[in-house]
Amino acid sequence: MNFRHYGIAAALASTLALASPAYAVTELQWWHAMTGGNNDIVNKLAEEFNASQSDYKVVPSFKGSYPDTMNAGIAAFRAGNAPHIIQVFEVGTATMMSATGAVKPVYQLMKDAGEPFDPKAYLPAITGYYSTSKGDMLSFPFNSSSMVMWINKDELKKAGVDEIPKTWPEVFEAAKKLKAAGHATCGFSNAWATWANIEQFSAWHNVAIGTKANGLDGFDTVLDFNGPLQVKHLQNLIDLQKDKTYDYSGRANASESRFASGECAIFLTSSGYYATAKGTAKFDFTSAPMPYYPDVAGAPQNSIIGGASLWVMGGKKPEEYKGVAKFFTFLSDTNRQAKLHQESGYLPITKAAYEKTKADGFYEKNPILQTPLKELTNKEPTENSRGLRFGNMVQMRDIWAEEMESALAGKKTAKEALDAAVTRGNVMLRTFEKTAK
Amino acid sequence: MEKSAFFNSKLLPYLLLVPQLIITFVFFYWPASQAVWQSFLREDAFGLSSEFIGLENYQALFAQPEYYKAMLTTLVFSTLVAALSLGIALLFATQADKNLKAAPAYKTFMIWPYAVAPAVAGVLWFFMFHPSLGTLARPLRMMGFDWNPLLNGNHAMTLVVMAAVWKQISYNFLFFLAGLQSIPRSVIEAGAIDGAGPMRRFWTIVFPLLSPTTFFLLVVNVVYVFFDTFGIIDAVTGGGPAGATTTMVYKVYADGRLGGDLGSSAAQSVVLMVIVIALTAVQFRYVERKVQY
Repeated sequence: MNFRHYGIAAALASTLALASPAYAVTELQWWHAMTGGNNDIVNKLAEEFNASQSDYKVVPSFKGSYPDTMNAGIAAFRAGNAPHIIQVFEVGTATMMSATGAVKPVYQLMKDAGEPFDPKAYLPAITGYYSTSKGDMLSFPFNSSSMVMWINKDELKKAGVDEIPKTWPEVFEAAKKLKAAGHATCGFSNAWATWANIEQFSAWHNVAIGTKANGLDGFDTVLDFNGPLQVKHLQNLIDLQKDKTYDYSGRANASESRFASGECAIFLTSSGYYATAKGTAKFDFTSAPMPYYPDVAGAPQNSIIGGASLWVMGGKKPEEYKGVAKFFTFLSDTNRQAKLHQESGYLPITKAAYEKTKADGFYEKNPILQTPLKELTNKEPTENSRGLRFGNMVQMRDIWAEEMESALAGKKTAKEALDAAVTRGNVMLRTFEKTAK
Repeated sequence: MEKSAFFNSKLLPYLLLVPQLIITFVFFYWPASQAVWQSFLREDAFGLSSEFIGLENYQALFAQPEYYKAMLTTLVFSTLVAALSLGIALLFATQADKNLKAAPAYKTFMIWPYAVAPAVAGVLWFFMFHPSLGTLARPLRMMGFDWNPLLNGNHAMTLVVMAAVWKQISYNFLFFLAGLQSIPRSVIEAGAIDGAGPMRRFWTIVFPLLSPTTFFLLVVNVVYVFFDTFGIIDAVTGGGPAGATTTMVYKVYADGRLGGDLGSSAAQSVVLMVIVIALTAVQFRYVERKVQY
């Protein structure tokens, strides 16, 4: 190579080198899946953070539904332009954590950036879902919820149900009364078919969904939720589906409006439904803990969370990571967490924020928002109720739901359906285990 | 004197073909070969690790009873959609071909649904026929008909077929109408003078003369039901209940995008590609014989 070429190359290189520091502010991309009021909250948080300091600028962008956002992140990573922060729903956890190198664990991020970070400051019921078995936090919990039973108090009263049912048999009785009182198409129902009737149900009764602490302790987990209790529960639903004392509402939450419209007076869904219920239900409503079978020793145990957490993608520059770490510290601030919780209805992630909200007397006025927290902290979590982590969980839920649908349509018995769900799920887990190594 | 141009360069014809070849290569052969290659690999969703596993993806695929079920579902779904969308479009086109007063308006309205994206069409149908939210499902239920696509597979299938047919009618209508208008009036009038009734005229004159259009549409519609309908299925039923509306192309989408299993997804798309190529070949080999150009 002669000197002239050398000169041009050097000139180009120096121009490029000069160009980068020209951006005094480090931009941090944040991809998320929040819609409506929650989208505003995301934008407001970013604005507040950007105004609070001048070195970093968090840029939120909406990427569609939870699966869409996750896929967009994966595709961007493959193309070499992943965002810094990506919001991933809880069932994507196994996929994200198995991607060593593609993500930067939060505990490591905080350590590298030298940010003060005490994992004990966070509510274990929430962070446990996103931590290794050793307690190292992998992703930063953002919006968390749990499953509660929504109650239409007016309709219950009309049907002569004086007390909010606590156990499943009481729910069945109440549903029969509701049906007799004119709710011909729906005694009770639930959104999120498998989250309600397999995942939460098992944790709440302290029975396993899979081995290895429901997969939290290793990808070599094996599903085993086809036990007698889960079979009994599904059988009850099958029997009640026949005359619509129970009426299936689909796999996701599109049918939540059956509660607000008054059709279903007892409806199990996410505690995050609060904002929508408040806006659309024209009757006196409340939330209650999920029902349980009283003949199960120790029930109820504790519920598990749902929602999403923020993952930090790998391969970024140290100063960018520093900015992300500062943003997480900003999010963890007690006052900010307390306010977020009270406005959005999502759970607070730090103990201090929970205590502050309690001390402020907020729950006396809004007992609905405390129901999921009471469920989550009902008892010290066990191996069966810490959470769950299965690979391919997004699609696995569909497969479990398929089998439940077969059973509810009368094509399979409860036992056959759950056996098939377990068998098919295990095939997927083994495929995932092979790729996750 | 003869007027003709000679190009002696041997290169020129190839040069003229290059743009077309590049497009075919970039948009067909390259992605298709990528799919074939991917189907021999086991890869995690992030593409961090990749392992050559030969035919394992295919073996796993053909060991799944669900895959055969999806094939059967595809057969039912594609037959219904192709037959109904062609049949209804032909009926509408013959009606629009008459001397109607509001023919232009009628034709315009007929074409509109084609501009609706499959996913949007799916959402529309989902909301119209959702058992408890649906504006059209409520009257059905009030009449005592237990409409429930959330649990009843036949209801769900009916729903996706209706949505997919509705979406495709406009396209077929457009071609049928153009085909009908190119049939010389004199032939039909001659038939009428000879005393053939409208039905007889249609089946012995119009339908045979329309056969090139029908054949073209048959090929296009088969490709449509095999590949383009997953957006509708995703929005309306998500493949449920209990896999009753999981067609082969929906399974490609579900396993690849929702399940992150790109190897299996690629293997399925290769199988699908082979089936569609075979189907098209059969159509050209046997059905085309009956076409009268």
